[in-house]
Amino acid sequence: MSIARFWRETPRRYNLGGSKCPLCGTVYFPPRPVCPTCPQHRRSLEKMVPFQLSGDGTVFSFTVVHDAAEGFEMQVPYVMALVKTVEGPILTGQVVDVEPGEVAIGLKVRATFRKLREEGKAGVIHYGYKFTPSLETDVRPPARGPAVPVETAAPTSTDRASA
Amino acid sequence: MREVAVLGVGQTKFGELWDRSFREIGIEAGLQALVDAKLGSGDLGGLFLGNMASGTLLDQEHIAPLILDYAGLAGRHLPAVRVEGGGASGSLALHQGFLAVASGCYDFVVVGGAEKMTDVLDTTANEIISSTADHEWEVVFGATLPALWGLIARRHMHEFGTTREQLARVAVQMHENGSKNPLAHYRNKLTLEQVIGAGEVAEPLGVLDCAPLSDGAAAVVLGPLEVARKYTDTPIRIAASEVACDTMAVQHRASVTTLASTVVAARRAFQRARRAPGDVRVAEVHDAYTISALLALEDLGFVEKGQAGPEFASGRFAAGGSLVVNPSGGLKAQGRPFGAVGVAQVVELVRQLRGEAKERQVSGATLALAHDVGGTGATSAVHLLERAD
Amino acid sequence: MDAGIVSYGAYVPRYRITPTEIGRVWGIDGKGMGLGLNVVRKSVPAPDEDTITISTEALRVALIRGAIDPQQIGALYVGSESHPYAVKPSATVVAQAVGATPNLTAADFEFACKAGTAAIQTCLGMVGSHMIRYGVAIGTDTSQGAPGDALEYSASAGGAAFVIGRENVILRVHRTLSYTTDTPDFWRREGQRYPSHGGRFTGEPAYFRHVTECAQRMFEAVGSTPKEYQHVVFHQPNGKFPQRAGKQLGFTEAQMRYGLVTPFIGNTYSGAALLGLANVLDHAQPGERVLMVGYGSGAGSDAFDLETTDAIASYDRSYGRPIQEYLDGGVEIPYAVYAKFRGKIHMGGS
Repeated sequence: MSIARFWRETPRRYNLGGSKCPLCGTVYFPPRPVCPTCPQHRRSLEKMVPFQLSGDGTVFSFTVVHDAAEGFEMQVPYVMALVKTVEGPILTGQVVDVEPGEVAIGLKVRATFRKLREEGKAGVIHYGYKFTPSLETDVRPPARGPAVPVETAAPTSTDRASA
Repeated sequence: MREVAVLGVGQTKFGELWDRSFREIGIEAGLQALVDAKLGSGDLGGLFLGNMASGTLLDQEHIAPLILDYAGLAGRHLPAVRVEGGGASGSLALHQGFLAVASGCYDFVVVGGAEKMTDVLDTTANEIISSTADHEWEVVFGATLPALWGLIARRHMHEFGTTREQLARVAVQMHENGSKNPLAHYRNKLTLEQVIGAGEVAEPLGVLDCAPLSDGAAAVVLGPLEVARKYTDTPIRIAASEVACDTMAVQHRASVTTLASTVVAARRAFQRARRAPGDVRVAEVHDAYTISALLALEDLGFVEKGQAGPEFASGRFAAGGSLVVNPSGGLKAQGRPFGAVGVAQVVELVRQLRGEAKERQVSGATLALAHDVGGTGATSAVHLLERAD
Repeated sequence: MDAGIVSYGAYVPRYRITPTEIGRVWGIDGKGMGLGLNVVRKSVPAPDEDTITISTEALRVALIRGAIDPQQIGALYVGSESHPYAVKPSATVVAQAVGATPNLTAADFEFACKAGTAAIQTCLGMVGSHMIRYGVAIGTDTSQGAPGDALEYSASAGGAAFVIGRENVILRVHRTLSYTTDTPDFWRREGQRYPSHGGRFTGEPAYFRHVTECAQRMFEAVGSTPKEYQHVVFHQPNGKFPQRAGKQLGFTEAQMRYGLVTPFIGNTYSGAALLGLANVLDHAQPGERVLMVGYGSGAGSDAFDLETTDAIASYDRSYGRPIQEYLDGGVEIPYAVYAKFRGKIHMGGS
């Protein structure tokens, strides 16, 4: 995998940066330039708003993989799931920190940060989201607006506040 | 737009063809089809070649002129076009060939499909076939192509009560059919216990729920229906050739347990042919994984959504039934050279409609359906074939 | 100083292995080894975990608990002796992953097991001088001991993240000071897979001298004695050294109780003292004084005279696990699986 192709997606793979249509309110992941849901797609062009997912969701479907994808050989058997996030979009990701027999449709999960693969022992390490069972106590503020990092916003000044 | 007929067919054996190169198998199928059509190469107008991954499997792109060249036809300077759509590459090539003849721009074309998958290690081939799914949002995160179908299968079991056993029955039936096909990659019969007990790939799918990686090539000659009788006593009319797409990733589908691309392609095909699913007597559907076959039966309109498991298990799609599914043995038993499958399906159906299918013959078939899928359903193609007499 | 800890988070991987199991493979009385080290089990990272992923999880917990806008972080430092890259900082990946980029400074620290406490000192300086609003100091390791070596029984994985600021401080820092010398007790040369150590030299001239000298200097500097502290946290390469150091200095078992985590999760190196401090904070009431004395081989000690504020009573720790759950929980694995996870099995190829 090329360096640039993976690097370009870090706001998505690290931060779950998606987009939201301001006209119909549908949230998308990965982000879309045009809203597929709006009857008149063109009206949403250049209006889609960055929207960061919280990473919270439930297992919509799952499979236990024995024939690994490249880079996942050390984790066989591992669980792959379709995770329906609370904001709406479904993501495809590995469910970790759980025995395969403990996964069921409906299991509450949250996104966590793990290694996806390495380009061998000398190459770049690629990181991204996987999912881990949510604790009962994992309560957090709801997903908020601007995607992170805020590359297009005016730079935040480093603090010059007085004592 | 004029009517298009299949004038000739050809196909190599499917399997691990250690001694045959990609060029050899492509040429073999193409020449067989030309001979079957009694078409001189002087009349040939062009080649459309379906192939998924020659670049990564063989380090060779740009394969359509390659095939014509090594078939001795480079000097004729014909149009040669490669067509790609994952596992549906063959039927997309067929669609292009159909349009070429229907439009009147070409008179006679060869449509081929060829793939050589066994020159690389299995692990490499499996990575390559996974590139027909959404690489950035599915594969990078650990999903292989069978894992994605496993996700679909689990959801289908959850929503409709489909059982592991009902999935396994598909594989058993495919091998039963394939045992009668001299070209099949696998001719052994399987028991239900063998399928269920086989090693896991992506639960609930095991090794025997998954079509093999195969080498193979198939080809058909297309020409205008109006002159078909000069070339064949049994011209087969292409009554419909429809292609539809859907989201790349399973996670983005409107319903994870429906291939909308198949639903729409089938609906358009039946509309165009002015026929209904109930008129079809023989079908070759995309059974890359056992769950894929069940979905196909539902999405093509042969059974109600969710009912394919029990319906297939009842045996009504086996030989002797009112709709025989995958008499060739399907992708599972006949084999799965990705780019060749769509064309091979039509080769089998043409033989069925002509009455040339021998042990596998479905009696009284006049309308046949071919169904091919790319990736996990981002592309579907449906072709309807009819005896023209 | 007005800078202090505003929020904290931690993460310890799920898997565990016992000294008995390790000893079984090497023909050693592993149980006896464990008793001698006072290590019951140690944590093992999964193949998809490393210092960067552990640091990110810990920091995400800290930011959510403290409701801190990551864009307000002015500096982020990751201290470790098992950074995934020798060149390319863990801190930039962690900063990106929590949404703190691009307006911040970041770097990695290395000082054996005290890289995390050194990072805290740096953040205190930057926050205290009003250079930045929030600073993040993380101490995390996934260190390994050479197969069959004594260190293999204790070297484990885990990390803790501390957000330093001047607003809503839950743990005030009264004073920090350090004691640093060139003492080669434990080291790893560039390119070497496993560290080397000086055996018994790692004890009195290294750990004990630096920890006790540093603590004494702190007592002198702030005019305190052990009695004044409700809690004490030492760096803890095993479960014995800190108990001995504490006793030498005049601390009771009750004072050391929450700060001692190594017996249950192993030695998390740059994470060890910080995880001990996190466990103290999980249990602490307002107005409790804490002494933390970190230690890093090479060698040095950082001491902190700390006090919980009233704000800790309303600090919401619901998100993430309490340290006690990491100490009590985990899934045991056999040595073969541990060797596979830790990349100790030769996979062939170049």
